[in-house]
Amino acid sequence: MIEAKNLNLFYSDFHALKDVNLNVAEKSVTALIGPSGCGKSTFLRTFNRMNDLITGVRIEGEVIVNDQNIYQKGIDVDQLRKSVGMVFQKPNPFAKSIFENVAYGMRVNGISNEKIIKETVEQSLIQSALWDEVKDSLKKSAYALSGGQQQRLCIARALAVQPSILLMDEPASALDPISTAKIEELIHELKKNYTIMIVTHNMQQAARVSDFTAFFYMGTLVEFNETKIIFTNPTKQQTQNYVTGRFG
Amino acid sequence: MTHLEEELKALKTEVSKMFALVHSQIEKSFYALQHFDKDIAHQIISTEKRVNGLELKIDLDCENYFALYNPVAVDLRYVLAVLKINSNLERVGDIAEGIARFIIESDAPFSKELIEHTHTNKMFDVSLKMLDDVEDAFNAEDTSLARTLFKQDAVLDEINFKASKLIAELIRSDIETTEQALHLLSIIRKLERVGDQSKNIAEEIIFYIEAKVVKHSRKL
Repeated sequence: MIEAKNLNLFYSDFHALKDVNLNVAEKSVTALIGPSGCGKSTFLRTFNRMNDLITGVRIEGEVIVNDQNIYQKGIDVDQLRKSVGMVFQKPNPFAKSIFENVAYGMRVNGISNEKIIKETVEQSLIQSALWDEVKDSLKKSAYALSGGQQQRLCIARALAVQPSILLMDEPASALDPISTAKIEELIHELKKNYTIMIVTHNMQQAARVSDFTAFFYMGTLVEFNETKIIFTNPTKQQTQNYVTGRFG
Repeated sequence: MTHLEEELKALKTEVSKMFALVHSQIEKSFYALQHFDKDIAHQIISTEKRVNGLELKIDLDCENYFALYNPVAVDLRYVLAVLKINSNLERVGDIAEGIARFIIESDAPFSKELIEHTHTNKMFDVSLKMLDDVEDAFNAEDTSLARTLFKQDAVLDEINFKASKLIAELIRSDIETTEQALHLLSIIRKLERVGDQSKNIAEEIIFYIEAKVVKHSRKL
């Protein structure tokens, strides 16, 4: 179960998320859309407590991941961030080889069996649709890859520690159209095994890749429904105004 | 195959189901006429609900495809064509239902000689062949085959054009045949429209594959 219950988030005095209640369907893609500053990235980051790193953040309410409120005392945040992986807008490979980028998460978590590491690296690169392009050059620097390849490497890196959820914050906005199409196709494959939440400013992308869409405005969840409903017959006028480009 | 291509393939599968359904309806209406089978005629009327239901589903699938995938170029033309083909096929379904109702309303079997003499059987044969050919053209994306529909439609047009005079002569020669002859005239008119619908579908196939608009044009 993945759920936000009566979630409120404050950046000092600024009320960034207001009474958000949302049940995320497992093994599906949920897109978070809305104008800049509406709280969608903030909401995304609540699921792996990345907002904790921001000074002055305060949370009220609950975020349930795998049947646990991740904001209760005693939660191992490092373990949480293993099971809830994240991919950012700008690809951020480490200054290491392709192989070591993907292996890194396993090594810092105490896995030292090289056979297991090698198999997991291969599996992760296959899952992120990068294996065929890099299998003969795993020792090369990750920086030698193109932007689109680097982003798929970052996805493989997240997958290597076997998350159940993947958070993607505008994963294709820095990429060219062909790389974007590859990432979108990859998301379509990954959702068979992972729960994915994606923030995107590109509404057509949200329509193409997601099963469910949540529309945020000024910290409020305005509407949440199946993507085809949001884009054919949304319930709220505000949602219709946004998806038709009348504002935002 | 990308998931967008899978969605297009799924749409094609639904249209194929629609082709099969309405073809079967017209075939059954021919059988019901030849054998004066009112049970089959009732079946056609009850199956019409499935035709209508499938039309609504395909319309919705097209709407969703436009909304979610913003198709362009050949994909855009394809979904536009499917919307129209769907509507054409639904009308063929209506025509089969109309023929079935004539059979149900008739008190006596239709004379085989009358069916043949009025060329009603030929109208059925040609319109069923046109449905077969246009379905094959759609599935194989074959615009050459699609273009053959125009000549076939001309056969139906000719029989239809001569039908009033022919049936008037038959009635004059035997007043007892009036009711049946007039029903057959109506059926001929309906089958001529099946030809028109099939021709329209052929035009949409040419549009989506070649980006050429041939409707209302003498040039193919």
